[in-house]
Amino acid sequence: MFRTALRNVLAHKARLLMTVLAVMLGVAFVSGTLVFTDTFGSAYKNKSAKSFDHVSVAIKPDGGSDDGEGKRPPLTDGLLAKAKKLPGAESALGSVSGFTALADKDGKLVGGEWGTTGANFFPGKDGKDPRYDFTDGAAPKSPRDIALDSRTADRTGYKVGDTVRYSTDGPVHTAKVSGVFDTDDGSVIAGGSLVVFDNDTARKALGKKNMAYDEIDVKAAAGTSEGALKASVEKILPKDAEAETGAALKDEQDRMIEQNTSSMSQVLLIFAGIALFVGIFIIANTFTMLVAQRTKELALMRAVGASRRQVTRSVLIEAFIVGLIAAVAGFALGIGVAVGLESLMNAGGASLPDGPLVIGPTTIVTALLIGVVVTMLAAWLPGRRAAKIPPVAAMNSVHASPTTRGLVVRNTIGSLIVALGVGMMFMKDNYVKSGGAAVILVGVIVLTPLLSRPFIAAAGPLLKPFGVTGKLARLNSVRNPRRTASTASALMIGLTLITAMTVVAVSMGNAINKMATDSLKADYALSMANFQPLTPKVHDKLARLPEVEASSAMRTEDGEADGSSTQITGVDPKSFAKLVGLDFTSGSMAGLKGKAALIDKELADDQGIKTGDTVPVKFDDDDRTERLKVVGVYQQNEMINGLFTPTANVTPHMSKVVDQQVLLKMKGGTSEKAEDAVVKALGDNPAIKIQDKADISNEVGGAINMLLNMLYGLLAMAILVAVLGVINTLAMSVFERKHEIGMLRAIGLDRAKIKQMVRLESVVISLFGAVLGVGLGLFLGWIAGNSISGTVKTYTMEVPVGRIVIFLAIAAVVGVLAAVWPARSAARLNPLQAIKSE
Amino acid sequence: MTTTTSFAARATTVAARATDLSKVYGQGETQVVALDQVSVDFGQGEFTAIMGPSGSGKSTLMHCVAGLDSFSGGSVRIGETELSSLKDKQLTKLRRDKIGFIFQAFNLLPTLTALENITLPMDIAGRKPDKQWLEQVISMVGLADRLSHRPTELSGGQQQRVAVARALASRPEIIFGDEPTGNLDSRSGAEVLGFLRNSVRELGQTVVMVTHDPVAASYADRVIFLADGRIVDEMHQPTAEGVLDRMKDFDAKGRTS
Repeated sequence: MFRTALRNVLAHKARLLMTVLAVMLGVAFVSGTLVFTDTFGSAYKNKSAKSFDHVSVAIKPDGGSDDGEGKRPPLTDGLLAKAKKLPGAESALGSVSGFTALADKDGKLVGGEWGTTGANFFPGKDGKDPRYDFTDGAAPKSPRDIALDSRTADRTGYKVGDTVRYSTDGPVHTAKVSGVFDTDDGSVIAGGSLVVFDNDTARKALGKKNMAYDEIDVKAAAGTSEGALKASVEKILPKDAEAETGAALKDEQDRMIEQNTSSMSQVLLIFAGIALFVGIFIIANTFTMLVAQRTKELALMRAVGASRRQVTRSVLIEAFIVGLIAAVAGFALGIGVAVGLESLMNAGGASLPDGPLVIGPTTIVTALLIGVVVTMLAAWLPGRRAAKIPPVAAMNSVHASPTTRGLVVRNTIGSLIVALGVGMMFMKDNYVKSGGAAVILVGVIVLTPLLSRPFIAAAGPLLKPFGVTGKLARLNSVRNPRRTASTASALMIGLTLITAMTVVAVSMGNAINKMATDSLKADYALSMANFQPLTPKVHDKLARLPEVEASSAMRTEDGEADGSSTQITGVDPKSFAKLVGLDFTSGSMAGLKGKAALIDKELADDQGIKTGDTVPVKFDDDDRTERLKVVGVYQQNEMINGLFTPTANVTPHMSKVVDQQVLLKMKGGTSEKAEDAVVKALGDNPAIKIQDKADISNEVGGAINMLLNMLYGLLAMAILVAVLGVINTLAMSVFERKHEIGMLRAIGLDRAKIKQMVRLESVVISLFGAVLGVGLGLFLGWIAGNSISGTVKTYTMEVPVGRIVIFLAIAAVVGVLAAVWPARSAARLNPLQAIKSE
Repeated sequence: MTTTTSFAARATTVAARATDLSKVYGQGETQVVALDQVSVDFGQGEFTAIMGPSGSGKSTLMHCVAGLDSFSGGSVRIGETELSSLKDKQLTKLRRDKIGFIFQAFNLLPTLTALENITLPMDIAGRKPDKQWLEQVISMVGLADRLSHRPTELSGGQQQRVAVARALASRPEIIFGDEPTGNLDSRSGAEVLGFLRNSVRELGQTVVMVTHDPVAASYADRVIFLADGRIVDEMHQPTAEGVLDRMKDFDAKGRTS
C-alpha cells in the first residue's frame, strides 16, 4: 500500500504542489514563530543574567519594588554600610531609578513615554559601578553631570561635553554629558533609554525620602554562597524589607521573559492557525479531485481484492507523505521566517539582543506533527469517499466525471446551524450572543455551495459584455458548487476577519474622535509624559498667562461616593463649563459651587442617586467625609467620568497635592503661537505633554491603526494560502476539462479567449469569496460593535466603504493573478491531444 | 433530377486540397513518417470517407487538412486559403468560420443546453445564427423537442446528432468527422450517417470522415484508402462489401509482410 501511495504522490507531483505549498506556508509560520520566540527569549535571558552578575543578595521593599509611599523601608546609607560589613559580603551597592525626561536636540522627549529611566552611579571601591561599562568619557561626579547609554547617545547624537536638558518631576535642569556607557540593564535591553546621575543627585532628583535607595545589592565574597549571605543579610533587614538571592531574582526575571514571549507567540500562532485552517480547504479540494480522477484505478484495486479500509488507507498514506514533505519544507522555511522576523523587528527600531538560533525539539515535533495531522485530517473525508467506489466502476467505459452528489443533506445541516446561530443571537447573555455569531459563520461556510448559485447568477450581467467566454466562465464556476465553495471559503475566512477588524477599528477611531471633540472644549490638555501627576505649580504658572482664557487643574483622587468607589476630581467651577462638555441627563453645571458635585450616570444608577440628593464622599487619603449635594448627572465616557466637585472640596483631603491634568482654553484657540507660549511658560519641559484634541484622538487612533496594519500583515498569510487555493482549483478544472477546452479550440475559440474564460472564472470565484467575506465581516463587526457600544457610548458602526472597495478590488486582482498559470496551460492545450479519446 | 446534375457539376470545384502533404514525427532513428507526400482533393458537395488500418495516417491526414495539426511539408488549402502560412490565431479563425467538426466522443459542453451547443460556434464568432437554416438543421436531425436538454440528459445517439447539428449550423465550407459513429450503437450510427449523407445530397454540404467501419464508409460518395502514410486506393460509390474486401487485403498484406 505504501508503495502505491508513494507512486501516486510522484505521479501527481504537479497537482499536489499547491497543497504542499499551502501546508508548507502554515507550518513555516508556526515553526518560524516558535524558533523566533525561543531565540528571542533565550537571548533575552542570557543578557539579563549578566545584569544580575553583581547581585548575590538584594534587599528590596517587601512585595516587590512598589512605590506605595507609606511602606517604604529605610534602605539608607546606614543600612548599606552595615550590609558591606557583613561576613561573607564583598561589596554592596545601592540603586535608585525613576522616570527621567530627556530632551533631544529638538526639545522632544527621548525614548517615548515609558522608555526613559534615570538611575544613580554608585562607585564601588575601585570607583566603578559594575552595572555600567563606560566606552567614552567618565562617570558623572557632580549634579551638573549626566551619562547616557550608548544607544541613546547614538539616537540623539549627543556626545561627551554636550549640554542636555532633562526633568524628573517638573523643573527643567541642564547637565553636561560626562560619559557614554554600555549596559545590560533590563530597560535598555527592552529598547529604552537610560541616563545616569551621580549618586546623590540621583537620590535627590528621583524623589526618594531620606536619600533612600530602591534596592541594595550585596555581592558575596569568594567562597560564600548566596544562601549563606542571605541568612546574614536577613539579620539586619529593616521592617517592610525583604532579601532575595540573585538566583531567585534571575528566575523571576526569566519567568517574566517567558510570559512575555509566550503571549507574543500565542498571538502569532493564532494567525498561523488561521492560515492552516484555510489550508484545510485546499487540501480537501485536492484530494477530492485526485480521488475523482482515479475512480477507475481505485475501483480496480477494489476489484482485485483491496478492502475498503485499504483504499481509505492508501489515500491517507498519500496524505501522510504529502504532509510530511510539506512539513519538512515548511520547517526549513520557518527558520528563514524566524531570521527574517528578527531583522524586520530590528529594522523597525526594536533592538533585540543577539543570540544563536534556538531550535528546540518541541518546535521540530510540533512543525512535523501539524503538517502531517492537518493534511491527513483534510484528506480523511475524500479517503472515505474513495472507499465507497464500487469495484464495478473499473469496468465502466464511461469517462468518470466528478460526482455531483446532492447538496440536500449539506444544505439542511447548514440551515440548521445558521438557525441555531440566529437563535443564540436573540439570547440576552453576551457570550452566547457572540457564540451565535461564530455559529452563523460556520453555518455559512457549510452553506457556501448553495449560496454560490444565486451569487454567480447575479454576476451574470457583469459577465455579459464578455460574450460567450463570460457565459462559459459563469457556467463553469457553478459546475462543481462544492469545489467553488471551498475555494471561495478559503478567501472568505481571511476577508471576514479583515473586514470585521477594519469595521471595529474604524468605528472605534471615530468614536474616540467624537468623544474628544464632544467632551473636550479645552484647547490643550497637559499631563506628565509618564502619566505621573503634575505639581500644582504648573497650573499656577499657566493660569497667569495672558494668552489663557480659562484654565483648570484636574485634581484627581480616588475615593468613594455613597459607598461606591469612584474617581473624584476637583475642578475650578468657574471655568469648568468652558473646558469640558458634559451631556447632562439631569441637572446642569450651573449649580457647581460650594459643596456641590456632578456625578456620572453609571454611579447615579448604581446607587440610586438623583439630582438634588446629598451624598457622603470619602477620600482614600484620609477618613474625613464630605457631604456633597448632587447638582447634575451626566453621561460618562472613557475620558470624562466619576465625580466632579470644586477643587476646594478635594485639596484638604490629599496627603500630597498633585494634579492629574491641566486643561487650558486659549484666547485665540489652538495655534502654534499659543502652544509656544505654554511651552515657554513651563520652561520648555520635555516631561510635560501638551496635547490638543487632534493629538488626543491621534494617540489612540494611531495605536489602533498600527494594530490594524499588523493584523493586515498577519492575515495576508491567510489570503496568500487562499490564492494558492484558487490556483489549485483552476488548475484542476483546466485539467478536468481538457477535452472541452480542446473542442472549443477546434471549433474556433482562440487562445486569448480561452485565457479570458479561465480568468473570468477565477475572478468570479474570488469575488464570490470576497463578497461573502465582506458581508460576514460586516456582520461580525456589527455584533462586536453592539457589545462595544455598551461601554463606549460614542461608538456607532461605521462602514469603511473605501476600504471595502479596496478589498474587493484586491480580490479581483487576486483572481486575475491566480489565473495566470492555469489560463496559460489551458491556452497551450493542443486541440488534437485534448479531443483524442482515451 | 436537375438538382443532382447541378451538384455533380459543382463537384468539380475543390473544397480542400492537400498537395505533397508530409508529416514526420521525431528525428533520426526514432523518426516516424505519418504522411508521405499525400496529394488529395476533396470536392465540394462530396462525401468522402478516409479508411485504412490503424497507424495508416488516416486521422493525421484529416487533422492536418482540418487545420488542427501542423505538417512537415507540402501544402493544404481550404477553399482559397493556404494553411501552412497561417498563425495559430488565423488558423483558429479559419476553423471557426469555414470548418465544422464532429468528434468520436461527441465533445459537447455539459453546461450548455442542446440548442446552446448547436449555436456555440456562432456565439464564439459573435454572429447571429440564420434562424431559418437553424430550424431546418434541427428538424433534419430530429432534435426539436430536445433543445433545452443538457447533454447528460441525452442518449449517445442524440448527443452525436447535436454534434452534427452544431457542425452544420454555421454552414461551414467543409465538415470533418473523426470516427463520428465510433461510440454509437449501429442504429444510432446509421441515423447519424444518414444525416451526414442527406446534408451532402440535399444541402450541398462537403463532408470528410475518417472511419474504420466499412458500413459507415458505404454512406460516402468516395472512399480513399491509406496505408503507411500513402494513398493506396480509391473507390467511388462504395458498397460495404466492396470496402470490406478491400480492407481484408490490408489485413492479408499485414500478415504476410
